[in-house]
Amino acid sequence: MELNDLYRDVILDHNRRPRNFGDLDAADASVEGFNPMCGDHLTLRLKLSDDTISDIRFEGQGCAISTASASLMTEAVKGKSREAALELFERVHQLLTDDAAPPAEELGKLAALSGVREYPARVKCASLCWHTLASALKAADLKSLPAVSTE
Amino acid sequence: MNNIALAHTDRIFDVEAARRQFPILTRMIHGKPLAYLDNGASAQRAQCVIDAVDDYERHHHANIHRGVHTLSQEATAMYEGARDRVQRFINARSRSEIIFVRGTTEAINLVTQSFARPTLRAGDEVLITHLEHHANIVPWQMVCEQTGAKLVVAPMDAHGEVHLEAIVSLMSARTKILACAHVSNALGTILPVRRIVAAAKVRGITTLIDGAQAISHMPVDVQELGCDFYAFSSHKMYGPTGVGVLYGREQLLDRMPPWQGGGEMILQVTFAKTTYNALPNKFEAGTPNISGGIGLGAAVDFLSGLDRDAAHAHEDALLHHATATLNKIHGLRIVGTAPDKASLVSFVVEGVHPHDLGTILDEDGIAVRTGHHCAMPVMDFFKVPATARASFAFYNTFDEIDRLAAGIERARKMFA
Repeated sequence: MELNDLYRDVILDHNRRPRNFGDLDAADASVEGFNPMCGDHLTLRLKLSDDTISDIRFEGQGCAISTASASLMTEAVKGKSREAALELFERVHQLLTDDAAPPAEELGKLAALSGVREYPARVKCASLCWHTLASALKAADLKSLPAVSTE
Repeated sequence: MNNIALAHTDRIFDVEAARRQFPILTRMIHGKPLAYLDNGASAQRAQCVIDAVDDYERHHHANIHRGVHTLSQEATAMYEGARDRVQRFINARSRSEIIFVRGTTEAINLVTQSFARPTLRAGDEVLITHLEHHANIVPWQMVCEQTGAKLVVAPMDAHGEVHLEAIVSLMSARTKILACAHVSNALGTILPVRRIVAAAKVRGITTLIDGAQAISHMPVDVQELGCDFYAFSSHKMYGPTGVGVLYGREQLLDRMPPWQGGGEMILQVTFAKTTYNALPNKFEAGTPNISGGIGLGAAVDFLSGLDRDAAHAHEDALLHHATATLNKIHGLRIVGTAPDKASLVSFVVEGVHPHDLGTILDEDGIAVRTGHHCAMPVMDFFKVPATARASFAFYNTFDEIDRLAAGIERARKMFA
């Protein structure tokens, strides 16, 4: 295990300056994610037009892994269709948990999250925002989304 | 390397000799010597504890209180011998007052369900403090919900101190039970429990002290404290996990109905009526954690054989060294600065989330706890989502604290 593999420059950068951070006016969906083990908490808000994520922002508090993962996620899914975003969720989930995951090059910056796999205690930090997004995208009724918990 | 002589004891505590009693302390983690600073979560096992459990498992195991055969008698004698040791260790009047449970959490739940639930009436009050562990909050919330009683919370100040006056001012004719920690797990604050209990007693309030964090750090004399109940866990005092103790005043335990039904807790069973066993067995339904109890007995022997004044002085010196060293780190804030503290330091570092810090320190072989420490109201009070906590035992060294400080600096640089 190498610490530098976990805390890659991309992760440190997105932790220092999270993208798409803050409130989102007139959001179509707002969903909360909790990691009860460590107290991490995030709120994800998104706008959908014609089944495409036209805007997405997040806020909350969490460790560097969780903040960077959320920041990278918002960049990656903005402009994607609901279906494409869910496909990406599956790919990232595999990247975080499966040693046999295919090479992550085509995931672009998200590949930086692969270092988390070697730190089982931290996988939930990286996956919280993705599970939160998936629950919103899979929901039939965007107006009453239940909170997501990693436990 | 660390022979400490301090003002309040003229004896020297031999840290290296103490360390040799704990085999795990020679482990390497990621190529670095283990610096185990998570004793508040669980302390390590002394060799004599490991040996006692091993000897029991290899040579004496059978179910207790059941058989006339040799092994059952040996196992029973060992298990009940552990109860005698615990009785002497905390100076209970009688061995009947020592109930073996799974741990502090179960001990508190036993009291809330078997003592509080039948006693409390709607409008009664249960008084706790702001710095309690969830295990001394949630069981009381549950019993309040069941009975219509009200949970009242005594405040703490910005140092994480709970003042006697603050507690006393909330005591009234409605207050039936007071439950508080002896030592706060998240902050290290030592509460003035003897005076708190005295104030409760004159008002006829039943008292429970959560001793989970105190039992390994200071001598506990339940008669001197005067409390009605005292709860603690074996694994925080160098014994095995899965076993703990509820001390209860015999008079109260006698009046309480059994908590769980089953074998061991009965004298006679017919389908018409069951006669319950005498104390302490009334509260010990089913086959207990026999090896755990025996290990706890060995841990008591170990602690009793230790020069506890000298060990305490060393822990105190570690606390002062850690406080001084960490306070020098830019952007570090110690959470919990009460004047009277057990040897633990909870802290936050600007720009470094406790979880990232925990991972980075682990890479250096340093084990600390990060998170909310099962004390979310404490985190809310100090407006932090989590802290990192270094909690010390007498086997820790000044060098380990210096390594902790270096690790924190490394993390700060990484996230700067």
